[in-house]
Amino acid sequence: MPDMDISYVAHLARIEMSEAEKAKFATQLKDILKYVEKLGELDVSNVEPMAHATPLTNVFRKDEVRPSIEIEKVLKNAPEQARDLFIVPKIVE
Amino acid sequence: MSLHALTIHQLRDKLRRGEVSACEVTQAMLDRIGTVDGKLKAYLWLNADNALKQADAIDRAGIIARRPQAGTPAPPNHLLAGIPVAIKDVINVEGQPCTCGSKILRGHTSVYDATAVKRLRDAGAVLLGRTNMDEFAMGSSTENSSWGVTRNPWDLERIPGGSSGGSAAAVAGDETIAAVGSDTGGSIRQPAALSGCVGLKPTYGRVSRYGLVAFASSLDQIGPFTKTVADCALMLRVIAGHDPNDSTSVPQPVPDYVAGLQRGVKGLRIGLPKEYFIEGMDCEVEATVRAAIKKLAELGAEVVEISLPHTDYAVAVYYLVATAEASANLARFDGVRYGLRVRGEDVIDMYGKTRGAGFGEEVKRRIILGTYALSAGYYDAYYLRAQKVRTLIRRDFELAFGKCDVVVAPTTPTAAFKVGEKTDDPLQMYLSDIFTISANLAGICGVSIPCGFTSQPKLPIGLQILGKPFDEETILRVAHAYEQATEWHKQRPNL
Repeated sequence: MPDMDISYVAHLARIEMSEAEKAKFATQLKDILKYVEKLGELDVSNVEPMAHATPLTNVFRKDEVRPSIEIEKVLKNAPEQARDLFIVPKIVE
Repeated sequence: MSLHALTIHQLRDKLRRGEVSACEVTQAMLDRIGTVDGKLKAYLWLNADNALKQADAIDRAGIIARRPQAGTPAPPNHLLAGIPVAIKDVINVEGQPCTCGSKILRGHTSVYDATAVKRLRDAGAVLLGRTNMDEFAMGSSTENSSWGVTRNPWDLERIPGGSSGGSAAAVAGDETIAAVGSDTGGSIRQPAALSGCVGLKPTYGRVSRYGLVAFASSLDQIGPFTKTVADCALMLRVIAGHDPNDSTSVPQPVPDYVAGLQRGVKGLRIGLPKEYFIEGMDCEVEATVRAAIKKLAELGAEVVEISLPHTDYAVAVYYLVATAEASANLARFDGVRYGLRVRGEDVIDMYGKTRGAGFGEEVKRRIILGTYALSAGYYDAYYLRAQKVRTLIRRDFELAFGKCDVVVAPTTPTAAFKVGEKTDDPLQMYLSDIFTISANLAGICGVSIPCGFTSQPKLPIGLQILGKPFDEETILRVAHAYEQATEWHKQRPNL
């Protein structure tokens, strides 16, 4: 079993963590990954993966304009907003 | 008997006879909450003023028909007129806080109603407030809440179960007449068992997930907590049904679940899965569940041995599938549209700082695990393999339901554990869900009902009844037959 590179995965998940936290997780996740290794005992070569449990496939609805939540409500919980927009840090130089 | 100790059906009869008003009922609940919630801490937020206004509006509208006799049918759209209901903090109620038990959503106010909540409102339910939960529904004890631990009404040193621990404790502690929660791997059935009430996870697709903050979208379902099976059937009837806003909700008619309760268990085949009676299980729990099965046999059910051979893999599958889905779903908490924002040097730094500061330990652990299971090089070995084993688990149930009408098993391997007992060992905490997880993976329905108590200390034990997809009628029928033949559900904790 490969060791998980916690710093790399935390970066992928966009979660900043302290070194202490990473060290604690490394031990715990190692235990959990060791536990899930048991799935390797089964032969699943001819088994279809199951993505969901609903009997439905391709649900369509009419492409109609419907009322949506008002802009002021949508922005109500935003940490920073102005002129009907979410304000974010500058992304493009 | 005090109003807070009544069931939905008892209260409905009193309301219809005009013996009490909806306002009096709501006030009685608020008084009860004032008396005991300091000990239980089931609620995160109370809707006191609005609940009284809502009750007053119901009284004034006269939608509770004042009939001379109880038992006459109510107008169909007012099934819960004047009945107080509590809502888990992961389900949106317009104008009320919704934090999912997480400090990343401190101060967040919902801007729309979940479909299940809208249906409760339309049925006349009075919304009492928000109940505590493990952060983002990740946990089995409600200890992962950012806002403090909820206590078990039977023993304040113990956990109420989780993740819907607040809803379970509120019902069991008579702080509400009914509640709703969500169940992704047992988060309704497990706390119902450990706190001593009825909790039902509907079939995947039976209840709309619109407005339920997503944890694992292929597993999540909203369901009721109640004091009796008949109340559970009524709650389910109100919240179930197709919703154009949730494409995974199924366009299948909703039966009158209450009407079907009286049919008894005679002729029904009850499957006993040998994999659910395992080493490490508490012997009092095992003996109690076996006694309950014997009772069902006495009532006329035929007990058959069945096998669900992949049961032992369910926890492993769950903690890959659920965490993978969670890692995607919780990407939305990034400090842009809602919730906490911690400033950073650039947008990536802002994401990392916001999520690092806002999420609690268990949520981070699961996002990391899920991200890893989906990452390049590990996807096939972890996520894809887990999805394939999930197919095998579903097949186990399909085969089993060829031999029986329902599967009966313990809800949990032990009664409620002590606060702090498992917080340092996530894997041990995960294994406490061993009997409830399979139902979510297979997408079937399940209910937990009280079936006895441990002796020292006295703690509730749950009997789990699992059914075929969209066959909630049969599990409720079995649960009702058992409940009517026993007195466990009438016992209340001393608070």
